[in-house]
Amino acid sequence: MKHLLSAGDLTRDDAILILDTATELATVTDRSVKKLPTLRGRTVVNLFFEDSTRTRISFEVAAKRLSADVINFAAKGSSVSKGESLKDTALTLEAIGADAVVIRHGSSGAPHRLAKAGWIGGSVINAGDGTHEHPTQALLDAFTLRRHLREGRGDLTGIRVTIVGDVLHSRVARSNVLLLRTLGAHVTVVAPPTLLPFGISAWPCDVTYDMDSALPEADAVMMLRVQGERMRAAYFPSANEYSRAYGLDAQRLRAMRPDSIIMHPGPMNRGMEISADVADSDRSVIVEQVANGVSVRMAVLYLLLGGDMKGQG
Amino acid sequence: MDTSRSHVVLDDADIGRAIRRIAHEIVERARGSEDLVLLGVPTRGVPLAHRIAEAIASTEGRSVPVGSLDITLYRDDLRLRPARALEYTSIPPEGIDAKTIILVDDVLFSGRTVRAALDALNDLGRPAAVRLAVLIDRGHRELPIRPDFVGKNIPTSIVEEVRVEVAEIDGVDRVTILGASDDRGDQR
Repeated sequence: MKHLLSAGDLTRDDAILILDTATELATVTDRSVKKLPTLRGRTVVNLFFEDSTRTRISFEVAAKRLSADVINFAAKGSSVSKGESLKDTALTLEAIGADAVVIRHGSSGAPHRLAKAGWIGGSVINAGDGTHEHPTQALLDAFTLRRHLREGRGDLTGIRVTIVGDVLHSRVARSNVLLLRTLGAHVTVVAPPTLLPFGISAWPCDVTYDMDSALPEADAVMMLRVQGERMRAAYFPSANEYSRAYGLDAQRLRAMRPDSIIMHPGPMNRGMEISADVADSDRSVIVEQVANGVSVRMAVLYLLLGGDMKGQG
Repeated sequence: MDTSRSHVVLDDADIGRAIRRIAHEIVERARGSEDLVLLGVPTRGVPLAHRIAEAIASTEGRSVPVGSLDITLYRDDLRLRPARALEYTSIPPEGIDAKTIILVDDVLFSGRTVRAALDALNDLGRPAAVRLAVLIDRGHRELPIRPDFVGKNIPTSIVEEVRVEVAEIDGVDRVTILGASDDRGDQR
């Protein structure tokens, strides 16, 4: 494996290797010296064309814990705002010797273009591209599910996950459906018809418009953010109405199994897709997801950059 | 395995005796078993560490903490091969600060594993002392490292391979020398 572009590219064994590696690397966080020498001398560029809090910080911390040199590149404040193309930006990164480029881009497919165009020799990691994919988010979600529901071992066979919300604009949903399916989980997607993408029937999951029917048997519910910034049309009548039909509040939480967990990739719209008391309840693992993101991204960086990089396809 | 070019140098009884002797030497050197922590290097150092701990417990009447220390992330040859899967690391809850750490491995060869283990320990805390116990010392050191406790010294040719099998993993206790190296086993 040289790049991580899509959660769909991962086999079951690939995914379990990443999760197992992340399990071992998670212990570094508990140590007094939170540092490993493994990627000393490697350079990781965080190339972020879109805003991000969690993903960018998490990749930065992960790379630094492995002793890589990190260059943070935000489109704002760079020559991209002067109109520089992705290609010329990539050639610049190649010239300064980047071993890996972590890219977030508003256009679906940008990481794929970067990886396959021959502009750079290093690894490309997709940190979210448009409404397409966000594979490391899916991996950290799988890691969190496995830790809570499978004692941190093996795959997710038999686990039922319900994903609720703005699936149309969600790269998290697509990556999660692909990866969770690969790991043997059963996924149900819940959204109003206007927020489901074209071709959803071909996804390896069940689809329903009725949230209340999909809650009682779920082991985990993953709430998606309503992505107002990507909406150029009216997808639902009002925030209140959306919240009533597709928001997770205390009443809906009571309809769920007592041992089920609540997830959200962040950033949350409190009061919209998730109520504040649910987000802060003891069933919520939202903050833990962020911590697990560091471990999972360390695992991905180690597996892509830790060994001989020339021998990889 | 090419049996015509291999011979068994230690059988299960020999290994049992070696482990008991190493356990006695560790206790003698430490003047007791207080503040000892045994850390096995995966894979086969871990069951050996547990057996040494059992032998110490049976003579001293008190248990000794045992853990495992994976050194993969500290290896100096990571860049020579594709990234490898990590082994399990577990440090006993007592920690390693101010303890006497006994590193346990199956074969001492180049010494590079031990160097990596010393680096790993350095990031985990500050032991009072670190000592090294190995079942087999086969020579050919590439670093200034020597063992404190040795089950058996086996002078080998560089092209030979020493294979240690332990019952917990391989179903049998046995140390074998294989004539031609097939680039596996104790090469680290």
